[in-house]
Amino acid sequence: MPAKRIIPCLDVKGGRVVKGVKFLNLRDAGDPVEAASRYDAQGADEVTYLDIAATLENRGTLLDLVSRTAARVFAPLTVGGGVRSEADFVALLRAGADKVSVNSSAVADPELVDRLSAIAGAQALVVAVDVKRRAGTRPTEWEVHVAGGSRPTGREGIAWVREVARRGAGEILLTSMDRDGTRAGYDLELLERVCGEVEVPVIASGGVGSLEHLAEGLRFADAALAASIFHDGQHTVGEAKAFLAARGIEVRPCP
Amino acid sequence: MTQGAIALVDYGAGNLRSVENALREVGADVVVTRDPDVVRRAGRIVVPGQGSMPACADAMRASGVADALVEALGRGARMLGICVGLQVLFEKGEEAGGARGLGIIPGTVARLPPGVKLPNIGWSPVRAVGSRHPLFAPLDGQYVYFAHSFAAPADAEGVELLAEHGRPYCAALARGDLFAVQFHPEKSQKVGLSLLDRFVRL
Repeated sequence: MPAKRIIPCLDVKGGRVVKGVKFLNLRDAGDPVEAASRYDAQGADEVTYLDIAATLENRGTLLDLVSRTAARVFAPLTVGGGVRSEADFVALLRAGADKVSVNSSAVADPELVDRLSAIAGAQALVVAVDVKRRAGTRPTEWEVHVAGGSRPTGREGIAWVREVARRGAGEILLTSMDRDGTRAGYDLELLERVCGEVEVPVIASGGVGSLEHLAEGLRFADAALAASIFHDGQHTVGEAKAFLAARGIEVRPCP
Repeated sequence: MTQGAIALVDYGAGNLRSVENALREVGADVVVTRDPDVVRRAGRIVVPGQGSMPACADAMRASGVADALVEALGRGARMLGICVGLQVLFEKGEEAGGARGLGIIPGTVARLPPGVKLPNIGWSPVRAVGSRHPLFAPLDGQYVYFAHSFAAPADAEGVELLAEHGRPYCAALARGDLFAVQFHPEKSQKVGLSLLDRFVRL
């Protein structure tokens, strides 16, 4: 088994970091390349960019950002947001992304997953799945949402994860919309269910507020995505890894 | 300093740019090429690879790069294969119903066993075995980044590094001036860059 991964995630818009990143000694907290380099130096196992306002006019800006990042960061880079076609996918890989994530466009056209997986192999394709609990369901059901979690799709979450894995997703980036932004911890029931269902690696997302939450999520998930605990300067990636290692969780030692 | 430009073979593999960036970072002079004649004459060649071994092997044969590589190796060129660039060196691959590789190294590239997460994505430690070639020996015990579902056998000819995912497999091999790694040195931070640095200075 590979080590459990810690993945800082940066929300970007128009080529800039959207939420502030409060590192010490950072010349420009709004430049994603600076932030990604800093996480790389701290020992992040990957870095993820999510373009939260991906528009056609902004594609060039995103490609330029990916290209500048790949020239400086020698760790895996995942990029998502607004990928609608094979052309979008290939352009990001060619710019230097190692993995590309898709979300809404896969829900709109599930066969897109098969087609993208065939281009560069499953390991280059991440399918992001955003879910919310359906109130009052027992056992619990989760519903897939798109458009940044704002639009319900009627699709049942566990079945959708199974379907995209079968169609060729290399990884699942699983976000609990109930927990996202709350700092209350991952939805552990969701993680346990999904990780028991699919053979592909699962990246836990949504709700991390402490190092303890990372440890909880990694009981089930293969990787933990987190934003604010790192961006706010609350913890470094190195501190997170030392904490996890002390709990007996295998992590790659920091350089 | 490095001796002459490195021919980085472009046959449509997705991660070409990352490999190019990493080679430049360690000071290499890189020529990205799909011209078999350039490959044939190069002193150092890097073959990246991503995706499926059958598709990559077919693309290399169709473009004439496969023959050029074999010729260059016969002349004493140094080559480094990365990921699928390691897998295509073997005789056969199990992927997509079976594929013919370049047949430079005997054996079959097989799917990792059931019961483990696939694709194998992430950082795993490697263990030095074999001749302890100076290119690979410093990696003993270090974590490097893997992204694959198929792997060459642990007893492959020239195996230098082993990793494990459900079973032990060949993470790196050396045979004469031919070197190959299953992991991605261009994405393995300092550990990976130092390997590329040693290769360009061999």
